[in-house]
Amino acid sequence: MNRVPLEQKVLSENDRVAAELRARFREHGVLCLNLISSPGSGKTSLLECTLESLPRDRRVAVLTGDIQTDNDAARLKRFGFPVKQITTGGTCHLDARMVERHLADWSLANMDLLFIENVGNLVCPSSYDLGEAAKIVVLSVTEGEDKPLKYPSIFLKSELLVLNKIDLLPYVPFDMNAAVENARRVHPAMEILKVSCLTGKGLHEWLVWLEHRRRAIKPVETEAVT
Amino acid sequence: MHEMGIACEVLAAVRGEAKRHPGNTPRKVGLRIGELAAVDPEALRFCFEAITRDTDMESLELEIEICPFRFRCLSCGHEFVVQNYDSQCPQCADMKTECIGGQELDVAYLEVEDHEPSAAGAKSTQ
Repeated sequence: MNRVPLEQKVLSENDRVAAELRARFREHGVLCLNLISSPGSGKTSLLECTLESLPRDRRVAVLTGDIQTDNDAARLKRFGFPVKQITTGGTCHLDARMVERHLADWSLANMDLLFIENVGNLVCPSSYDLGEAAKIVVLSVTEGEDKPLKYPSIFLKSELLVLNKIDLLPYVPFDMNAAVENARRVHPAMEILKVSCLTGKGLHEWLVWLEHRRRAIKPVETEAVT
Repeated sequence: MHEMGIACEVLAAVRGEAKRHPGNTPRKVGLRIGELAAVDPEALRFCFEAITRDTDMESLELEIEICPFRFRCLSCGHEFVVQNYDSQCPQCADMKTECIGGQELDVAYLEVEDHEPSAAGAKSTQ
């Protein structure tokens, strides 16, 4: 018997496409963010609030993934920014090829910020790099404060945790301190924002976070000049 | 449930490597899966058996090494297995740590059986 070392990532083909996407985003100075959560945590609502508050001349685009329907794209198109639905037809996550395919007829040169709203799922999307600058996990207060411990992979890989639906805190037995502690046990350096898409509380901090990240991204050419 | 896609990627990696060893039969493929890789080894085995059944890869064995969740202390460099998500360094008690293990999803090796050890074809250069 002859043992041949392979030493390759199982998802090496996905990682290859994701690396190409990341290089293209960097070349054009596009901040790409990958939003991940359980179904119904409020990814689309957070994007609605975000798009609503951005000036119409902002160069923002959204790819939104679901297993079926283009409901989310219809909700997000109302704000006038380019939005495209990725319907996976059963696949429980987005992969880099789907993103590449749906970006094909968009010009990255005309884009500063790209949101990718992943399929609602806390497990599988964590395995697939989409070329994003950061993963953001959204957790709503109706889901329970132990989610970071139950689904550690996505909390470990996400830079930011958005705790959503805080307007419901008076009505649900959700221990906010325990949620924050659990998230930081899995990912000590994790940034955490608390928002309500219904009342608007915390959305300013979210927009500041976005602006801060967007400004940190500069096209390669600009860096060379300055 | 993305284990079917992962099983297909593993099989593609095996077939790709097997082409480089003509005349030899792939017998075992070794995977490394991190505790936090969000992949269920048993579901992966089930999917792998399903896609290799009644094919030339039916007898291919899947060996899975589970890799523990490990941190490295950024202060003293101590590396430790994380128990119950406790990220504090057991050596110097510092809280500044980085993850160095537990997210693996790798094809580590392929074992092939050489049917014709003396066959020139198996050793011919490409």
